[in-house]
Amino acid sequence: MSIQAIEDSKVKAFPKPAKPAEVIAFTAKVRRRFDPAAIAGKLASTLVPPAVVIAVMLVIWQIACSSPNASLPPPSQVWNEAYDLIAHPFFDYGPQDIGLAWRVLISLQRVAIGFGLAAIVGVALGALVGQSIWAMRGLDPVFQILRTVPPLAWLPLSLAAFRDSSPSAIFVIFITSIWPVIINTAVGVRNIPEDYRNVSRILRLNQLEFFVKIMVPAAAPYIFTGLRIGIGLSWLAIVAAEMLTGGVGIGFFIWDAWNSSRLPDIIVALAYIGVTGFCLDRLVAAVGAFVTRGTTAK
Amino acid sequence: MTAYLKLDHIDKSFARGGQVSEVLKDIRLTIDKGEFVSIIGHSGCGKSTLLNLIAGLTRVSAGAVLLEDKEVDSPGPERAVVFQNHSLLPWLTVYENINLAVLKVFGSTRSRAERHDWIMRNLDLVQMAHARDKRPAEISGGMKQRVGIARALAMEPKILLLDEPFGALDALTRAHLQDAVMDIHSRLGSTTIMITHDVDEAVLLSDRIVMMTNGPAATIGEVLAVPLARPRRRIELSSDRTFLRCREAVLKFLYERHRFVEAAE
Repeated sequence: MSIQAIEDSKVKAFPKPAKPAEVIAFTAKVRRRFDPAAIAGKLASTLVPPAVVIAVMLVIWQIACSSPNASLPPPSQVWNEAYDLIAHPFFDYGPQDIGLAWRVLISLQRVAIGFGLAAIVGVALGALVGQSIWAMRGLDPVFQILRTVPPLAWLPLSLAAFRDSSPSAIFVIFITSIWPVIINTAVGVRNIPEDYRNVSRILRLNQLEFFVKIMVPAAAPYIFTGLRIGIGLSWLAIVAAEMLTGGVGIGFFIWDAWNSSRLPDIIVALAYIGVTGFCLDRLVAAVGAFVTRGTTAK
Repeated sequence: MTAYLKLDHIDKSFARGGQVSEVLKDIRLTIDKGEFVSIIGHSGCGKSTLLNLIAGLTRVSAGAVLLEDKEVDSPGPERAVVFQNHSLLPWLTVYENINLAVLKVFGSTRSRAERHDWIMRNLDLVQMAHARDKRPAEISGGMKQRVGIARALAMEPKILLLDEPFGALDALTRAHLQDAVMDIHSRLGSTTIMITHDVDEAVLLSDRIVMMTNGPAATIGEVLAVPLARPRRRIELSSDRTFLRCREAVLKFLYERHRFVEAAE
């Protein structure tokens, strides 16, 4: 759980790193205007360095784990023994014998439900906390304490409450990812310039119109920062939760592989998890960049 | 005839941490329909507070703001404000910014096509129709201020409130916008109150200039009528005797009788 603790501290240390999302979108737009040669050059300069690093790491790993009494399998062994997992992500041989892509999709489905709920509730609560000084005084201390509770500490309680593993896992996702959404939304709402509020007052916008037309767009960069941290946390939490609750997700697959000593399978699963987490992060960032375009520009 | 807008013995004080600071005291002023009135004074004299009171963004401590004999106690589109820093919403295009206002004010009384025509008419009025699909970040400061004016006009306000609308602009852009405001005022006859700290601007644009004494507890020191015929042209006026006399009167008020002393207390 130490990884989660670090990730969690990000929430507090950088409450408003609203910039990354926009920066990505901007460079992407500019790049499109360049000629193909420049694109190829840029592509090479972004792809070649990580490829070299990965190759070097694989070589070191291969050498380090090649001795007969090594405790972990070298890459070559992973490739040979887990080849069907790597090459056929979508096979389906029965209820517990399915490709890793299916497992990832099942985990993603849980994340989608839990994180989706967290996003909706989180933005609403964050707006309340950001808007009302009394809501902030009452709720903020509670949030600050609850958000430090590690995700898996919620699991026994939610198992007791829901009496089923799948909603429990979803609840763990929800409770893990909601805090950064709430806190960032609240900061964003608190930072809405007074002028925008005056505009809405002169136009006599009602609460709902203010929320939809001013508050959400004005706080969008902050909200998406929270969502981005939240999706990262939920992906961390789902793997851990599934290891304990079972089922067919990617987390349980790792636990199952460990129990039957299939170390190469675990390594392949880790690669899947890492790539998926990366994609999720970039997906939220891209959505954020699209939605908030123009918002922060003065 | 009763006054269109009446500021009736207005006091305004702010309480902060047990200390009460009096900002405005005993403000009395009546403004007729169609009049262009400037409020001028040194910084910190409560000009903006006065405008916010008329807009309804802040409440009076005593007295009342009466518009057509009805008390103003909350902000509303019939008293549209053009803010110093334009306050356009950056995530909306120029058109959408105005549409937000038009939809709210005329959403139930005008059809979609009528609203569109109305938005375009107001954009034409400030000569910004060409930038309708641009976002505020993509246009210059002067253009933003034009759009801000268009947005305020699009609410079809009874009173147009300008809060140092040209304060952040360079001199040339400023002159252009002053001409635009004069032109709009002559065409629409809109009752306008403008906060400014620029003497030339006040004399050029106004029918009357309200000069504020220094704070705390600032009040209206003097009201100067500007008996210049409209339309006014800045080049002709620069040597006009009435213009110069008015200008001198304001300057004397500001720099001789109510000199601004930094940190007066």
